[in-house]
Amino acid sequence: MTATAWQPLLLPLAVASPLLGGVGVLLLRHRPNLRESASFAGGLAAAVTVLSLWAVVGTDLRFEMWTWLPGLTFAFHLEPLGLLFATVAAVLWPITTLFSIGYVRANGLPRQTSFYFYFAVAVAAALWIAFSANLLTLFVGYEVLTLATVPLVTHERSAAARRGGRVYLGLLLATSICLLLPAIVWTWLLTGSTEFVPGGLLAGHAGTGVLAVLLGLFVIGTGKAALMPFHRWLPEAMVAPTPVSALLHAVAVVKAGVFTVLKISIYTFGLDTLDSSGASTVMMWTAGITVLVAAGIATAKDNLKARLAYSTVSQLAYIVLGAMLASRVAALGGALHLVTHAVGKITLFFCAGAIYTSVRKSRVSELDGLGRAMPWTFGAFLVAALSIIGLPPLGGTWSKWLLLQGTADAGEAVMMAVLLVGSLLSLAYLLPIPLRAFSRPAPPGAVHGEAPPACVVPLVVTAAACVALFFVPDLIVGPLGRALELP
Amino acid sequence: MIATHYIYWLIIVLMMSGLYIVLSHGHLLKKLIGLNVFQAAVFLLYVSFGKVAGGTAPIVAPGIETYSHPLPAVLVLTAIVVGMATTSLGLALAVRIFREYGTLEEDEAIVAEASEHTAA
Amino acid sequence: MTHLPVLQVLIPLMGAPACALLRQRRAAWTLFLLVTGGALVCAVLLVLRMEQGSVRYALGGWPAPRGIEYVIDPLNAPMLALVSLIALIVAVYARPSVEAEIETRRIPLFYACMCLCVAGMLGVIATGDAFNAFVFLEITSLSSYALIAMGKRRRALLAAFRYLIVGTIGATFLLIGIALAYAVTGTLNMADLAQRLPDVYGNRALTAAVAFVVVGLAVKMALFPLHSWLPGAYAEAPSAVSTLLAGVGTKVAVYAFLRFALTVFGGSLVFGLLPVGSIGLVAACAAMVLASAIACFQRDLKYLLGWSSVAQIGYIVAGLSLATVDGISAGYLHMINHAVTKAALFAAAGVLLMRLGSVDLQALAGLGRRMPWTFAAILLAGLGLIGLPPTAGFVSKWALVLALVEQGQWFVVGAVLGSSLLAVVYVGRIVEIAWFREPPETPLLRPPAVPMVAMTWLLVLMSLYFGLSPVLPAALADGAAVAVAGRLR
Repeated sequence: MTATAWQPLLLPLAVASPLLGGVGVLLLRHRPNLRESASFAGGLAAAVTVLSLWAVVGTDLRFEMWTWLPGLTFAFHLEPLGLLFATVAAVLWPITTLFSIGYVRANGLPRQTSFYFYFAVAVAAALWIAFSANLLTLFVGYEVLTLATVPLVTHERSAAARRGGRVYLGLLLATSICLLLPAIVWTWLLTGSTEFVPGGLLAGHAGTGVLAVLLGLFVIGTGKAALMPFHRWLPEAMVAPTPVSALLHAVAVVKAGVFTVLKISIYTFGLDTLDSSGASTVMMWTAGITVLVAAGIATAKDNLKARLAYSTVSQLAYIVLGAMLASRVAALGGALHLVTHAVGKITLFFCAGAIYTSVRKSRVSELDGLGRAMPWTFGAFLVAALSIIGLPPLGGTWSKWLLLQGTADAGEAVMMAVLLVGSLLSLAYLLPIPLRAFSRPAPPGAVHGEAPPACVVPLVVTAAACVALFFVPDLIVGPLGRALELP
Repeated sequence: MIATHYIYWLIIVLMMSGLYIVLSHGHLLKKLIGLNVFQAAVFLLYVSFGKVAGGTAPIVAPGIETYSHPLPAVLVLTAIVVGMATTSLGLALAVRIFREYGTLEEDEAIVAEASEHTAA
Repeated sequence: MTHLPVLQVLIPLMGAPACALLRQRRAAWTLFLLVTGGALVCAVLLVLRMEQGSVRYALGGWPAPRGIEYVIDPLNAPMLALVSLIALIVAVYARPSVEAEIETRRIPLFYACMCLCVAGMLGVIATGDAFNAFVFLEITSLSSYALIAMGKRRRALLAAFRYLIVGTIGATFLLIGIALAYAVTGTLNMADLAQRLPDVYGNRALTAAVAFVVVGLAVKMALFPLHSWLPGAYAEAPSAVSTLLAGVGTKVAVYAFLRFALTVFGGSLVFGLLPVGSIGLVAACAAMVLASAIACFQRDLKYLLGWSSVAQIGYIVAGLSLATVDGISAGYLHMINHAVTKAALFAAAGVLLMRLGSVDLQALAGLGRRMPWTFAAILLAGLGLIGLPPTAGFVSKWALVLALVEQGQWFVVGAVLGSSLLAVVYVGRIVEIAWFREPPETPLLRPPAVPMVAMTWLLVLMSLYFGLSPVLPAALADGAAVAVAGRLR
C-alpha cells in the first residue's frame, strides 16, 4: 500500500483536534453546555481521525513539520505501536469527557474551563508522543504533557494538592531532565540521528556496557513509567479529581511512559540488540521487583484511589518487563497490556469516581453492602478487576498470556514466577472490593442509588470493552506483530 | 634584581596597599582612597614601560637622540581620565549615601537597611 | 556603507550629549529610541555584510597598528545585533517605566546615561584595539553605576557603590593585563598582538597578563566567585536598566573574554598552556549549582532573577571553557538565548513593580489570575531558565550538553542538569505563589502600561521562536565558533 498525498496530514490533524477542542473550550467559557460540547467534539474528532488511520497502518506515513537544528527534525510517523497508544488515548478521551461532565457537575468542581482546557492539551500532547517519529519530537511532547497536567493535579488548590503537584512536577521533570535528555543527546552523539528505526537505531553503534547504561538512563528517565524508586509521583497525583486520575494516571500519562519505554526498546535499541547484548538484565529485575513491591503495597492500602494507584505502578511494571525481556512475544504482550490495562483501569477509576459522587466514600472499608445499591457500578468494577487480574473471558487474559509466553521465550523462569505472583497479589487487592460490596450487609439507614447517568454510562461502556477485547486481540496487535516479524 | 627592577617593587607595594585598603575598610571614602592608590600604581606601571635608559621627555629638540616612549604616557592620560570619572562618581554616590543613611560606614548603612526592613 | 562600523558606536555616543542637552523628557526618549533604532540598522547591515568576509575600519584614516581600528567579524557581528536589538526593545519599554520611576528633571540625563551605556557596549564589541576595549568597558560600567544609583529605593545607592568598587578593581585588573601584554609586544592592536604573542609564549609577564585579563573580565561578567555585585545591582536598578543589563550587560564581558582569550592571546596559550579551561569549568559548575541554590531562597523576585543570572553565566562559561567549536557555539548560543529570556523576565518584573510597588514574592500572592498576561510571560520565560522545550533555553541546553558529553565532561553535565532542577524549584516557587495563593483584596496601583507588556511579550515570543526554530541563532553561533576555530588550541 502506498499513502496518498493527503493521508500524512491525518497525523497532525489527530494531534490538532484536541487542541482545537481546547481553544473552543476557552472561547465558550461562559456557556457551560456549549463548552462541554466543544470538548466532546474535539474528542470525537480526534478519535475518528485516529481510528481512520488503522486503514493505512501498513503504510509508511510520515509528516515532517520543520527542521529544528541541522539533522534534527520535528516529525510524525505512523507505526503500529504508536497507533495503538494513540487509539487508547483518543478513544478513551471522549468517554472520559462524558464521565467528567457528570462528575464535575455533581461535585460542583470549580474552575471547570481550565479543567477541560488542560485536559485537551494533555491529550494532544499524548497523541504528539504517540506519533513522534524521533526521540527529539517525543521528548518535546513528553515535557509538554508533564507541564499541561500539573494544573490538573493541583486543581483542588489545597495544601495536599500543592504538595502532590510539587512531587509530581519534581519527580517527572527531574528524571526527564537529568536522565532522559542526556540519554537522547548521547544517542545522537553515538549515531548522528534520533529517528525511530525498525530493528533499532543503536544496533552496532555501542558495546554492551554503554547500551546497559543508556538503557538505564532511558528507562528510569522515563519517570512516567513509574518504575520504582521513581514511582512516588503517581500516588501523589491521586489528589487530582477522579476523571483526571482516570484518563491521565491510568491512561494518557502513565501509558505515555510505558509507551516510550516500549518504543525505545523496539525502535532505538532493537529487541535483537537487547537480547544479544543482555543489556536489559538490570532493568528487567528492577521491573520485576516493582511488580511485586507495588502489588504488596496495594494490598495494604485502604484508600481506594491509593490502592488503584499502586496497582497501576505494579501493572505498568508488567509492560516495562515486557520490553526488558527483549523477546518479541513479550514486547507484543506489553503492547497489548498497554491497551487492556488502560481499559480496565479507567473503568476502575470511573467506578471510584461514581462511588465518591454518589456516597462520598473513598475508603475500601466503607464500601460494605453498596453493591446492591449500585449494581452497575460494582458490576463494572468486578469485570474490570477480573480483566486486570487476567482471567478469561476478559481482555487482560491475552496480554498476561503473551507476557508469560515471553518469559518462557526469553528463558527467564524467575520472571515467570514474578508475573504469576503479581497476578495473585492483584487478585488479593482488587477482588475484595466488589466482594465486600456485594456480600457484606449494608450499614443500617443508608439508602443510596447510582451516580448520575453521565457517570454510569461510561463505566459500563468501558467494562463492556474489557469483555470485547477478549475476542479481538489479533485486531489490535496483529499489525504490530507483523511489524515485529512474528509468525 | 631589586636594584634594577626597584620601580616594579614599588608599584607592587603600592598596588597591594591600595587593594588592601579597599578590601579592609568599611568606610566608603577610605575605599575610594584605596581604589585611587591602586589605580595610581597601575598608572606608574604604564609610565615605567615608556622609560628608555638615558632618554628625555619625548619633545623633539636638536641634539637629543634618545627619547622616552610617548605612547604609554598618552595611554595613562586616558586611564587617569577614566579613574577620575570613577572617583567623582564614587564621591557623588558617597554624598547621596550619607544623605540617605546619615553614615559613610557601609556596615552601619546595611544595619540601618536591615532594621528598616524588619520594621516594615 | 563603509563607515558602518564607526557609525555603530558613534550614533549612540553622540546621542548621549544630545539627550543631556535636550532637557525635555519626551524629546530625550524619542532620541534614545532613534539612536537604538539606528544602531540596530547598522548592526543588521553589518551582520549581512559578513557574507563577504570581515570588515576592518581604520578610525580617522590612521591605519593599524598606529591607529585604532574597528574589526567586525562573525564573532562580534551577532553581538552587535543582539545588544542593539535588546537596547531598542528596552527603549520602547522604557517610556512608561521611566516616567513612573525616575524624577522628571532627571529623565533626560537618564537617557543620556542609557545612550552612553549602549555606546560603551557596542564599542567593546566593535573595537579591534585592546586599550580601546578597556575604555569602552569603563564607559559602560560608569554609566551603569550611575543608572543603577537612580533606582527607587535607597539601597540602590549601596548596590551601585559596591558595583563601582568591585567593577573598578576588575577594570584595573584588565588594565594591568593589557599593560603587561603591551610590555612584551609593544602593540595594542588586537590583530597585531595575536601575531606577535606566539613568539613569546612562556614569558612570565605574558602569563601574568592572561591571568589579569581573565580575572578582570571574570569580575565584569560576574563569574562565580566574583559575582557578589550582580544580584544587588540588577535588583535595585530601575526596571529599564535591569532589563538592559540583565539582557546584555554581562554578555559584553563574556564576549570580551572570548575576544581576548581566542583572538588576542590564542587558545593554545589560554586553554592549552594555561589551565584557564579547567578553572573556568570549576567556576562554572560552582556558579550553576550554588547560585541556583541561593536563588531558591530569595524573597524578592528581582534578587531571585539576579542570582539566576549568576547561574546562567555559569552555563555560558562552561561552554566556552571547553574551547571546542561545539563548546564555543553552545556558549555563544546561550548568550543569545539567555539575553532574550532574562530580559523578558526582568521586563515582566518591571511591569509588576510598576503595578504593585514591590516585587517581594509575598506581594505576588494569588496575582496569577488578576494579571494573567504578565504572569504567563514569567512562566514561559521561566521555562526557558529551566531549559524545557519549547523555549530557547532548551536549545542552548541541548547544545551545551552535547558539547560536554562529546568531551566526556560528565561531572559538568551533572552540574548543568542539577542547576536545571534547582531552576525548577525557584521558577516553581514563583508559579506556586502567583497561582496557588489567595489573591489579596488590595487594588493594583496603576493600570498596565501597554508598551511594557507588549515588549515583555515580544521578548517571550522571541524566546519561544528561538526554541521552536533555532536556525537563526544557531547559525550565528556556529558562524562565530567557526570564525575562531583555528585559534582554539
